[in-house]
Amino acid sequence: MVEKTPILDTLTYVFLVLGILIVGFPIIYALIAASLPIEDVSKVPMPLIPGDYLLANFTTAWTKGNLGTQLINSFIMASGITIGKISVSLIGAFSIVYFDYRLRKIAFISVFCTLMLPVEVRILPTYEMAANLLGPIQSLVNVMHLNWLIDWFANYDIDISLNLSLLDTYPGLILPLVASATCTFLFRQFFLTIPEELCEAAKMDGASAMTFFRKILFPLSKTNIAALVVIEFVYGWNQYLWPLLITTNPKMMTAVIGLQNIIPQADDLPFWNVAMAGSLIVMLPPVLVVLLMQRWFVKGLVDPEK
Amino acid sequence: MIKRSIFSNPYLPYLLILPQILVTLTFFYWPAFDGLINSMLVSDPFGNYSRFVWFKNFIALFTDFLYLKSIGITLMFSLATAITSMSLGLLIATLANRALKGKAIIRTMLIWPYAVAPAISGILWLFLLHPSYGVVALAIKKFLGVDWNPVLHGGDAMVMVIMASAWKEISYNFVFFIAGMQAIPKSLIEAAAMDGASPFRRFWNITLPLLSPTLFFLMVMNIIYSFFETFGVIHTMTQGGPGGSTNILVYKVYQDGFIGLNLGSSSAQSVVLMSIIIVVTILQFKYVEKKVQYTG
Repeated sequence: MVEKTPILDTLTYVFLVLGILIVGFPIIYALIAASLPIEDVSKVPMPLIPGDYLLANFTTAWTKGNLGTQLINSFIMASGITIGKISVSLIGAFSIVYFDYRLRKIAFISVFCTLMLPVEVRILPTYEMAANLLGPIQSLVNVMHLNWLIDWFANYDIDISLNLSLLDTYPGLILPLVASATCTFLFRQFFLTIPEELCEAAKMDGASAMTFFRKILFPLSKTNIAALVVIEFVYGWNQYLWPLLITTNPKMMTAVIGLQNIIPQADDLPFWNVAMAGSLIVMLPPVLVVLLMQRWFVKGLVDPEK
Repeated sequence: MIKRSIFSNPYLPYLLILPQILVTLTFFYWPAFDGLINSMLVSDPFGNYSRFVWFKNFIALFTDFLYLKSIGITLMFSLATAITSMSLGLLIATLANRALKGKAIIRTMLIWPYAVAPAISGILWLFLLHPSYGVVALAIKKFLGVDWNPVLHGGDAMVMVIMASAWKEISYNFVFFIAGMQAIPKSLIEAAAMDGASPFRRFWNITLPLLSPTLFFLMVMNIIYSFFETFGVIHTMTQGGPGGSTNILVYKVYQDGFIGLNLGSSSAQSVVLMSIIIVVTILQFKYVEKKVQYTG
């Protein structure tokens, strides 16, 4: 710092440690609880010395919550959202920034209108859409009385009902969450900062658009992609409302939703040790991703803001 | 905006933007349009008949005491959550910025709650604040002398969901605050120190005003977070109870639409939520960004 303030500096560290402890407290406490047998965890107050039931509680949580299947589902959903969102928006932003075509403005505006609107504000109609992907065509058929026309053509009474459901499927879990412009916006902002000379030079050397994308744009975007991988993976893994609605089959449930089954209810035995063990297992993958890729993650989170 | 040097190709740009447009049309525009239509229909729960009623659903909504109460609850909840997590984030970031050694370790130890799902944060705090087993609940009872019981008392339940929601967001706010503080030129701080300004005064008169863009951005992000993403917190902790005291707007849309099967009302509520977010976004991009200070 600027001047010597020994007392203030000591206080800074004291409060900093205190702050870190407060932030970490729920997890430390959960870890201790997860290592205790049921008799200890239901004592008031719970003993703060870890027991040796950690592995036993992890196993109970794993089997009771069916975490094996659910973690795989969560992983597929989170990676699907991450890969889908990043690849769709990478080429989308490329199209918007590096080409000029008649519908460019309309495409641009229609995509960016969705920037701040999360799936939570349109759950009901999105659910209907996922329940029957061909719903819009069906309503078109109904509105235009095409049924009658087709009957007349076929000379036979056919009832057209189009049905393609995404409920309880991976595409149903993934696709509606890919419909967001955040990544497209970030890539657009980044592409605009890339010097014009690069593109001019590539063109002069006779590179086609896709060669330029593959050989220059994509390698330059690697840091941004790494940052978005962290952000989108955490976002996908932690989704709650959408997977809650779209999955009814326990085999398709994601881990964060499945945890609901191991929270002790009012008339159960207070198996909080198992609930804490389950919570720790489910939060581990995204926490690991954030900690291991911290450098990119912080950059990706903060940089677009500047 | 577009590049000066561009490629020309008759069909490639359309092909490249096609996936984005398809996904947006199918899962954004059609549902949004459908929701808008549905919000003006009255239909029975089985979808056998529906009738066009113009704005009756909206009128019913804004004359419904429960909905108005839910708006009040949401405002209180999101403001309290935003203020709690932002002030704690700012405090910790200020301290961490003063620290000379171990910055990387400090950041690592503060950053990870960002990755914890709101629903899991709900479960952790449900245990900590459990009326009979929770250790924080015990402390509240002992030191504050409150008859803490979030299962029965609406106020306690509200405090509980605010704590669980705010805790998770502290690290997000911390990351932005510390980045903002590191972007402030050292020379400004040093000049003030030479003029005899104390560390507290420097924070109040230099750091805080220069952080105003970050403050504003975080305010918007925190409010959007507590409007929507806290669904998981509410669902695991209180299910909107007791007696609707934590029934925030997004939870009410879910309850009325998927449990009560009142499609018209639920759609109208979605439209209201969408309008709120659109207004907030426009405010952010157009109006307030100009007023906050960007340069010293």
